[in-house]
Amino acid sequence: MPKIIVEVMPKADLLDPQGKAVANALHRSGNERFENVRIGKRIELHVSGEVTEADLAQAKLVAESFLSNGVIEDVVNIHVEG
Amino acid sequence: MTYEVDSTAVAASTPEKKQPWKELGLKKDEYERIVEILGRRPTSAELAMYSVMWSEHCSYKSSKIYLRQFGEKVTDEMKKHLMVGMGENAGVVDIGEGWAVTFKVESHNHPSYIEPFQGAATGVGGIVRDILTMGARPIAVMDQLRFGAVEHPDTARVVHGVVNGIGFYGNCLGLPNIGGETVFDKVYQGNPLVNALSVGAMKHADIKLAKASNPGDLVILFGARTGADGIGGVSVLASETFDADGPSRRPAVQVGDPFAEKVLIECCLELYAADVVAGIQDLGGAGLSCATSELASNGNAGMRVQLKDVLLRDESLTPEEILMSESQERMMAIVPPKKLKAFMAIVDKWEVETSVLGEVIDEPRLYIMWGEDEIVNVPPRTVAHDGPVYERPVKYPKWIDELNANGVIAAGLRRAEVASDLAAELVQVISSPNQASKSWITDQYDHYVGGNTALAMPDDSGMVRVSETSGLGVALATDANGRYGQLDPYAGAQLALAEAYRNVAASGAAPLAVTNCLNFGSPENPEVMWQFKQATAGLADGCLALGIPVTGGNVSFYNQTGDVAIHPTPVVGVLGVIDDVARRVPSGWQDEGNNIYLLGVTRDELDGSVWSEVIHDHLGGKPPVVDLAEEKKLADLLHGATLQGLLASAHDLSEGGLAQTMVESCLRFNVGARIWLGELQERDNLDTTAALFSESTARVLVSVGREDDVKFVGLCEARGVSVLRIGVTDGRGDDALLQVKDLADFSLQDLREPWAATIPDLFG
Repeated sequence: MPKIIVEVMPKADLLDPQGKAVANALHRSGNERFENVRIGKRIELHVSGEVTEADLAQAKLVAESFLSNGVIEDVVNIHVEG
Repeated sequence: MTYEVDSTAVAASTPEKKQPWKELGLKKDEYERIVEILGRRPTSAELAMYSVMWSEHCSYKSSKIYLRQFGEKVTDEMKKHLMVGMGENAGVVDIGEGWAVTFKVESHNHPSYIEPFQGAATGVGGIVRDILTMGARPIAVMDQLRFGAVEHPDTARVVHGVVNGIGFYGNCLGLPNIGGETVFDKVYQGNPLVNALSVGAMKHADIKLAKASNPGDLVILFGARTGADGIGGVSVLASETFDADGPSRRPAVQVGDPFAEKVLIECCLELYAADVVAGIQDLGGAGLSCATSELASNGNAGMRVQLKDVLLRDESLTPEEILMSESQERMMAIVPPKKLKAFMAIVDKWEVETSVLGEVIDEPRLYIMWGEDEIVNVPPRTVAHDGPVYERPVKYPKWIDELNANGVIAAGLRRAEVASDLAAELVQVISSPNQASKSWITDQYDHYVGGNTALAMPDDSGMVRVSETSGLGVALATDANGRYGQLDPYAGAQLALAEAYRNVAASGAAPLAVTNCLNFGSPENPEVMWQFKQATAGLADGCLALGIPVTGGNVSFYNQTGDVAIHPTPVVGVLGVIDDVARRVPSGWQDEGNNIYLLGVTRDELDGSVWSEVIHDHLGGKPPVVDLAEEKKLADLLHGATLQGLLASAHDLSEGGLAQTMVESCLRFNVGARIWLGELQERDNLDTTAALFSESTARVLVSVGREDDVKFVGLCEARGVSVLRIGVTDGRGDDALLQVKDLADFSLQDLREPWAATIPDLFG
């Protein structure tokens, strides 16, 4: 079954406490090269049959209005897999 | 992208440059005043600072002339326990045994509409930092919430976000949430109110003040890094209303990190204990602009700061943005150079990032550098304290005459006569959204973390132990009734004060001090300004009558959608002290066979009541009569009875009247009762509707063990408080009954089900 993948990231301007915590943990375990970490989310929308342009348009709509919080998050990518 | 620095030298040589003062919320005359103060046009950094510090939210420019009376209408007796009064981050009161407490309530209304979760969460974080700044360990939080109509589709979004945000931040911090209010009304649809209160405790010697007075001391920023959070949030979010088309214009809000705040709390307390800070200020609204100018202004000194030394999360921030940023979980300390090493050892231990930004100077001037360029050169007082003060036009709203004339009698609201109809109305009232159990909300908050909570929701006040050795503790209650405020803002503020005061007294504590959060519409509307004037006068007069001082507070204007202002909602918090929390009085009936007494007099006062709203969807008339002398007498009686251990329970009467209070008293511990209203109706000349639902003030329902009966009644008579036995507790468990003579026998189960189901059915 093909999937539409929606990727959401916290807005670049805003604090990402989860990313900060992981970055600190990485640094404590010696991974100094990874200076900064930001953590977003990946959402898979499973579609039966072919993914149509209309499906993608609808995915874009729900990604921006429902799956992400436009005040603090950005939809950074929508693509089809499989 | 290269950034062109607008230094003071550039500003002096380019007086003609157009500046976006209007977009930043400044008025023309305000901009001209800045030019006059500086003798040149401000740099863009100075303009940013002035605009944010002179915004309504930071400068209190419309409210200042009215807030003064909280400091004027006081007696020496009232000031006896007051250690730090208004104007500091929070007021401090002496509660005895060498302990002091500090408490304050603040609004986070506008951010919570735009982003309910983070808005509410950072509201909690902000007020907790205010308490921490006074040198205290935060010990509890409370919140006062107003949402739109329950059936409106947007209400659930706001409710879920706000409740989750408060629970998330408070629970992560490990602070018990001990009370608050939740009210739904369509007037808050496009403008919910999210007020947050925090209380903290410290020893007298540990009080800290936000001032930088010793030249040579270092200015240190520590805590989270500075990012682009909520840039302009204070001036833009808090001072302008939302567009009619809803939350389309979405400025950056702040994201909080409660675990970072927890570390900051412990770090600060260790810094205080080691005596390495001379002054401290939290960074909240207006960020660095506020912290630097206030510290310098409070200390009658100046400061020289290098802005390039601020640790950034995002290197692309401009100096103006750094000055405006409202990144959370940051503090500014003033540290003598010889204590720097000890200071650094402590912040390093807590892994808190720290940077020395500059030093305190002798000259009363704030210099901020951006590398080699001087971008700010101002007298700090003009930024922090000598902002504009307005006496805005005030106009009596004519519509209020019509509203006041349309009371429940004039409007001819039908009163049920048949017992079964009255019984049905009782169930309808207690299960209406504003009267129903709020445990779906409050259960999401941790009440008991820390092990010092003596009382929490749904008791009359929240109570926490301060001294673990003596049991000394404080009780807090907050109240506000926007419907009463709309009918009469002067009385509305006093009713809020009276109810909070009564709640504290009912839990066994002696009321000591007041805080407030005054939520109103636009001050540019003369009718709103009239409401504000009335409410502040009512509150100040009320505090004087009760003999408890206002220790601080917060004003939130521009609470409106379009042109329609919210009902005046002056949230009043009263703090009381109890010498041993083991003596606390619970709100529910505990034992069978106790006598139930109604204290105070009931009048036919149904205007603005819950009954008029729920049964008739009506608002009009005059709110209940306020009798503060009677309230004081009642509180003194309750205090005396508590000391003698005479009260098995006490629960105040307010919204929903006697009906609400007796149902809640039953359901608290599942103890039934037999109640008769006949003598009450005869003595006070009431019909059954008034006996059940009148919201007359200065009334409390208490239960007293039979062995203490004579003593208790004697005490009431000696103190001149009217007392009437209206029932006896009887039966326990879900099979128990609330039997109201000549009305109905309710099984507790039949009362609990609708009362408990309303909120989960709506939002669960």
